[in-house]
Amino acid sequence: MISFKHVSKSYTGTEKAVNDVNFEVEKGEIVIFLGPSGCGKTTLLRMVNRLETISEGSVLINGEDIGNLNEIELRRNIGYVIQSNGLFPNMDIEENVTIVPDLLGWDKKKKHNRYKELMQLIGLDPMEYRKRFPNELSGGQQQRIGVIRALAADPPVMLMDEPFGALDPLIREKIQDEFLQIQREVKKTILFVSHDIDEAIKMADKIVLMRDGEIMQYGTPSDILIHPKNEYVSQFIGRDRAIKHLSLRTIAQLQEEIGLVEIDQSIVDSKQVNIHENLKDTLAMLLNQEADQVIVHDDNDEVQGAITIDRVQRYLHLEMRQKPSQTVEKEKVME
Amino acid sequence: MNRKKLIANIVRILLYAFVIGFFIYAGVNGYFSPIFEQTDTFWVLVGQHLNLVMLSSILAVVIALPLAVLFTRPRFRKYEWIASNVANLAQTVPSLAVLALAIGILGVGFKPAVFALFIYSVLPIFRNAVAGFNSINPDLIDAGKGMGMKASQIFWRVEVPNAAYAIIGGLRTAIVLNVGTAALAYYIGGGGLGVWIMTGIELFDNAYLISGAIPVTLLAIGLDYLLRGAGYVISPKSASQTADSATST
Repeated sequence: MISFKHVSKSYTGTEKAVNDVNFEVEKGEIVIFLGPSGCGKTTLLRMVNRLETISEGSVLINGEDIGNLNEIELRRNIGYVIQSNGLFPNMDIEENVTIVPDLLGWDKKKKHNRYKELMQLIGLDPMEYRKRFPNELSGGQQQRIGVIRALAADPPVMLMDEPFGALDPLIREKIQDEFLQIQREVKKTILFVSHDIDEAIKMADKIVLMRDGEIMQYGTPSDILIHPKNEYVSQFIGRDRAIKHLSLRTIAQLQEEIGLVEIDQSIVDSKQVNIHENLKDTLAMLLNQEADQVIVHDDNDEVQGAITIDRVQRYLHLEMRQKPSQTVEKEKVME
Repeated sequence: MNRKKLIANIVRILLYAFVIGFFIYAGVNGYFSPIFEQTDTFWVLVGQHLNLVMLSSILAVVIALPLAVLFTRPRFRKYEWIASNVANLAQTVPSLAVLALAIGILGVGFKPAVFALFIYSVLPIFRNAVAGFNSINPDLIDAGKGMGMKASQIFWRVEVPNAAYAIIGGLRTAIVLNVGTAALAYYIGGGGLGVWIMTGIELFDNAYLISGAIPVTLLAIGLDYLLRGAGYVISPKSASQTADSATST
């Protein structure tokens, strides 16, 4: 869908903000550009809608070099969300949401219908907010409006530059969930800039981990957590990468691999959990001493068995050992 | 907080009382008599006064606004200080000196008066417009660009509406200043209500003085209110709020 081919960007002669970047993004995937500030991730993102020029190489969308396309047309077909939401304070919410359809010359009725559709998508009452202005909304609401504004003309590709970075953690989590829900429906190809490893693990289908304008590793979150390619990657994702990895696995997956344990009837105080709960949260539950065992239910509320700390640990060992990689072995040798 | 409010209210009531008292005093002593006795002359003078103010302000807008737009474009932004300093310099020359200089070029009468007032209006209009455009969050322009707005669309649909309140603020300042300064036009035969004010001063005639000065004041206050109203109508509530906070800092 989107290919980066030997893409470089240099501002002053020798220094390169982006250096020979090569990768492909599949249709309908969320790819997160991850790295510290100044690593070139935002520059790389802004090259896709040509807000930044490309010094060398090319970016292709559906096989077509974006350098050959009309800049304005290109941008109108790519959704764009920025951290500070970029809502226009002089326009009311409806005008803000329908700005790209307006630029594309949709008629009034079509725009209004689209507005209603989009507001329902994020659970805000279209009529209540219609004539209100951005500064009358909370930060979280503004950011959600920013997201649906980018979706308004139904572009196949979305660029998101730290869209949730300015929100407080609770709201951010909520909007991330909501956004994933929306993505399941709309299935856009999304390029997403973040500096937050947890956000990347949660949201990404694939992660592009960058440093000094170069790609350190490109792969699925699980791949990066289990097989960090080099020292920098393992440092960036942190020592708790094994625990982080648990957030990508559910109890159901553990059950499939090693099975659950029998419920220990002698323990009176046990919590209940759904089988699709991720293992990180399950482990957290166990460690918080809320319970020595957690009883697992499936979607039909039938008891499947119980899970304990030992069980999670065994699964984790298995996961990490089953797919050995060079770095993992090296660490073991060092131990 | 309440104490402050109380003091503010007392001051306000005292001020109103003083103004009303003054009007009664002036009325009883027949200080407004020239207005009633020479009504025709009065309206001619008011007309001249307004002409001076309007013409000079329109000229100033026509010159200052395009300049402000030009010097806030990315390419010319770095030269903005030159334009600001030139406008500043024009402002520092005393009004009478400008009038005197204007005579040298344009002779006496209406024209040099308009010219002098024009010189005075350029700075506030230019300054406020520049501040208005500069106060626009660069993220808005980035968002506009990223969504595929053309440069002209960004200008008219994002920049102008969001700078409108500040621009009108500059216009207000310029016009109110002009209404007062236009009284000096009398010295170079420019007409206006200054004729009565200066006559009153020279003859120690309070009736002429007050009949000229009070309408000038009312004119300034009236025009200010009118433009403030226009500011609220033209720029939506939210935009004027952000503009207010941007220009006040």
